[in-house]
Amino acid sequence: MITLDFVYLLAGLAFAGFAALSFFDRANRKRLGNAAFWGLLAASFLFGSRLGDTANGVLVLALILLGGFGALGQGKPATTSTEERRASAILRGNWLFVPALIVPAVALLGTLFLKTAHLGAAPLLDAKQVTLISLAIGIVLALAVAMLWLKPKLMAPLQEGRRLIDTIGWAAILPQLLASLGAIFALSGVGQAVGIVATRYLPLDRPFEAVLVYCVGMAVFTAVMGNAFAAFPVMTAAIGLPLIVHKFGGNPAIMGAIGMLSGFCGTLTTPMAANFNIVPAALLELPDRNGVIKVQLPTAGLMLMANTALMYALVFRF
Amino acid sequence: MLTLLGVAVVVIGFLIRLNPLLVIAAAALVTGLAAGLNPVDILAAFGKAFNDNRYVSAVWLILPLIGLLERYGLQERARLLIARLRGVTVGRLLLVYFIIRQAAASLGLTSLGGQAQMVRPLIAPMAEAAAEQEAGPLPAETRFRIRAEAAATDNVALFFGEDIFLAISSILLIKGFLEQSGVIVQPFELSVWAIPTAVLALLIHGTRLLLLDRKLRREAAAKSGGAE
Repeated sequence: MITLDFVYLLAGLAFAGFAALSFFDRANRKRLGNAAFWGLLAASFLFGSRLGDTANGVLVLALILLGGFGALGQGKPATTSTEERRASAILRGNWLFVPALIVPAVALLGTLFLKTAHLGAAPLLDAKQVTLISLAIGIVLALAVAMLWLKPKLMAPLQEGRRLIDTIGWAAILPQLLASLGAIFALSGVGQAVGIVATRYLPLDRPFEAVLVYCVGMAVFTAVMGNAFAAFPVMTAAIGLPLIVHKFGGNPAIMGAIGMLSGFCGTLTTPMAANFNIVPAALLELPDRNGVIKVQLPTAGLMLMANTALMYALVFRF
Repeated sequence: MLTLLGVAVVVIGFLIRLNPLLVIAAAALVTGLAAGLNPVDILAAFGKAFNDNRYVSAVWLILPLIGLLERYGLQERARLLIARLRGVTVGRLLLVYFIIRQAAASLGLTSLGGQAQMVRPLIAPMAEAAAEQEAGPLPAETRFRIRAEAAATDNVALFFGEDIFLAISSILLIKGFLEQSGVIVQPFELSVWAIPTAVLALLIHGTRLLLLDRKLRREAAAKSGGAE
């Protein structure tokens, strides 16, 4: 059976490649920092399950210290010039899109068809992780097609990948770290504490007040935690179920659906949701780390009002 | 109550723009200590969580492919494609992408799109090319604004589309949590009630995108007016 370990092996090898190429990049003054950072991440992917929890903790701490105190520089692997790229784009035409589209196509087909596929008696893929595994298979296939067609130097994909990962820099591990912080928050009962504060100090005597506090609370708590999934159980246990559903007789499906979507409004506003907000700013080489969030703020505010109004209009009626 | 100190560390750390990695480490330490854990236990819990969440960073596996295709002119090709079409504006282009992305997500095809796969190599260069076609070379500030709009469009369309699909993780979480609390709802009901919000998201963000065109046009007019 193909499991997530297959994806982790590939990712580990890619990061190991970035680390090795960084190490020999004399153009980067901080090449040792880059090599150490990507090398540790490679070790996490390749051996993380065999290390103990404390060893993994030490590994993360080293990553945080390297990234946090500016040990990473930006590698500048040789790539093509703008003119060469234009010429290649004209020469190769729209075929250039094909490898890029193989990835979502394979991910799609895999998700639809491979979930239930069997090899003998054993399932072919780990059904719970089918999307990520299909995505990885799509990447491997697309890379193979691109290599056969374009015939670049063997190391070109790793060098180009390193060029991109270095523009992202330490922000590349930010989403994973924030997910880990979420686990510490859960372990320490942060959610329950927020629920207590929300119910103790806010007015909740009328149906509209309960809806307002629930929707806005979902957004704010999501913004703090970076993830609506962490906010939903807390806010729903504290306000949604006892007040909107049980006290005022609201429809639980409407409350749940629109409550979660109110949380997503918070996701649009917060650096804590790094993979949606901070990583794209790095990927697009924006000078302002919060550039994407600023553009999203008006939509987030309007959508939160829309969700609150929708929930109030619908939840007590159906 | 003391555990909320960790949340305060996060908020303050981000506000005064300390390095986020250090902020997270400090928040984890403060939260864990407030909950009565000792530092070694916190380190172990954090290490375990980091290891369990590796799939989050596994998406970077796409970078060698995207980088290789960029080496052979993928972004330039995306620009050329837009330059050939007439009547394309930043707002209209992003609105079309919004509709495709939201519709695909509502069918559960959330992997069609994404910041590394679609926005950086294709959508952002196309949006820039559309703006250049109208207004000529762009000032850096406008260029960055347009890139940010492309990223935002991907996010908004995804967030307010995916919940229409029955088997998405957020729907399963809602169902699972309500069930634990003794309230049974069907995934179908949940996804139906995500539709009104999806429609409003299309209207609200779509309007903003079309207004962006007007704003860019005004800025371009002001710039060329000032040059004369």
